[in-house]
Amino acid sequence: MTIARVDRRSQRSPARSGATGTGQRTDASDLRRRQRRRSRLTALAFIAPLVVYLAAFYLYPLYRNLDLSLRDYTVRSFVQGDAPFSGLDNFRTVLDDPTFGPAMRHTVIFTFASIAFQYVAGLALAVFFNRHFRLAGTLRALFLIPWLLPLIVSASTWSWMFNSESGVINYALHFVGVSPVDWLNSPDWALTSVVIANIWIGIPFNLVILYSGLQNIPAELYEAASLDGAGAWQQFRRITFPLLRPVSAITLLLGLVYTLKVFDLIWIMTKGGPGDASSTLATWSYQLGFGTLLPKFGPGAAVGNILILIALVFGLLYIRVQRRQEA
Amino acid sequence: MKSRTGKRRYTVIGVLLTAVMLFPVYWMINVSLTPQQDMRKSPPDLLPLHPTFEGYRAVLNDQMPYLGTSLLIGLGTVALTLVLAAPAGFALAKLRPLGGGTLGLALLVAQMIPGIVMAMGFYGIFLDLGLLNSWWGLIIADSTIAVPFGVMIFTAFMSGIPGELISAARIDGAGTWRTFRSVVLPVSRNAVVTVALFSFLWAWSDFVFANTLDGGGTWRPITLGIYKYIGNNNQEWNAIMATAVVASIPAAVLLVLAQRYVAAGVTAGAVKD
Repeated sequence: MTIARVDRRSQRSPARSGATGTGQRTDASDLRRRQRRRSRLTALAFIAPLVVYLAAFYLYPLYRNLDLSLRDYTVRSFVQGDAPFSGLDNFRTVLDDPTFGPAMRHTVIFTFASIAFQYVAGLALAVFFNRHFRLAGTLRALFLIPWLLPLIVSASTWSWMFNSESGVINYALHFVGVSPVDWLNSPDWALTSVVIANIWIGIPFNLVILYSGLQNIPAELYEAASLDGAGAWQQFRRITFPLLRPVSAITLLLGLVYTLKVFDLIWIMTKGGPGDASSTLATWSYQLGFGTLLPKFGPGAAVGNILILIALVFGLLYIRVQRRQEA
Repeated sequence: MKSRTGKRRYTVIGVLLTAVMLFPVYWMINVSLTPQQDMRKSPPDLLPLHPTFEGYRAVLNDQMPYLGTSLLIGLGTVALTLVLAAPAGFALAKLRPLGGGTLGLALLVAQMIPGIVMAMGFYGIFLDLGLLNSWWGLIIADSTIAVPFGVMIFTAFMSGIPGELISAARIDGAGTWRTFRSVVLPVSRNAVVTVALFSFLWAWSDFVFANTLDGGGTWRPITLGIYKYIGNNNQEWNAIMATAVVASIPAAVLLVLAQRYVAAGVTAGAVKD
């Protein structure tokens, strides 16, 4: 925004100084214009490496991926680079594939179940840790650990915890009288298992952002409310939740965008299986492109591009919400 | 306001909640110390009653090269990210470059692109260039996770630097580059730490790029070390979990050393005040 304004001013000022006509002023404005051009070149020099980098390592890979999805590739043509152009064939193949429906459905379930539970747990914990008590800061920091661990570490730990015979989860269930579940190998439970693990990973992120949102709510509001005799639940409903709404919106949208792309966790825990019981668009795309000995790069890239499209819809929503908050 | 016993009750509940949340981490450590013959025991031992270090011995024997590679890739990613992001953040915050708004938008969008799609694009490019299975190829790929985030952190942080500080340097005759290096960078230490921390952790944890772009070379990172371990011997879970514990050490160390930067990074990346 500001940039556009500066531009307009810089276009107008030479004309204005020209209108006044005196030679001295023109010199001064010439000097100013030269300075402005110099500082603009300096600014350009500072961002040029980033622009070159983005072009080479974002735009170009994305272009290659788009190109991949519009051509008919085999392993040989992939190496030789002479795959024939096939238009939207790959997209048609993917949409007609029996995996498409389930993968789409699982993506929706995985994403929404994950962020709903992460958000509720994160919010409850943020409210809890917003009280002043001993160790509050330390414990809150410890809550970050699941989020900082490499995903492969969390995924393999949860795999072993979910193990049907020797897993600690089935042991705990046995303890309360529930018969063991074959979590990762049963079509009914595989998706639930990866959702549970993903909720665990996402809680810290929600906790931190919502906690920082809580910090910005003035304490006087709560004091006034408690003078009016409002209980803890009423204070939460009437003050905390409404005032936290902008931060909540950002948290949920970011969660949405991040969760859509989750791949490692599902791949390491179930490989999208059994069958396609826990496959999402992300794992299916990988499965097509890299998961077999006969890779289908074209369809894999097509699924990836569909995923980008979905992510962008929510991404633009995120940008809109953030813009509106800044205004 | 609150009674002392009330506060103590919060501490107790807080400790319990943290214990529940961190149970998987505890379980990873417990399993890493469990002897092989007790692994399939039912019920499992909830405490490492007969701790064994055979899992860790396996890590020392098999995984050291992977750990070294991950360290190299992590530090390389940090360097590349800082070199690209700090000047760009300064420009966006203070120099008002042409097209700055568009660039900011592009960076936001860049963060939304799934890694798996980038991996597929990179695969084709690296295949052409012969960059597959190279550690510096992975540095390039991993930096794509950190660079947009880094620029946004630097922009947000450097916008807060008072303009007078920069004009003062100007009046003293410093050019823009001098101002950036001798004034702006030193006061932005917190932002540098935050960006370095996250780029290191992301590169260290990366699995998607490692598995697609570096599956077969001699320089493979630790995430692949664990992955191959799971694939090859899913019997020796104590060794797998010992590797997981060792791979988690950077995260644990960084959390202890820099916890306030972590929180600052998470929030600055998401919510701008």
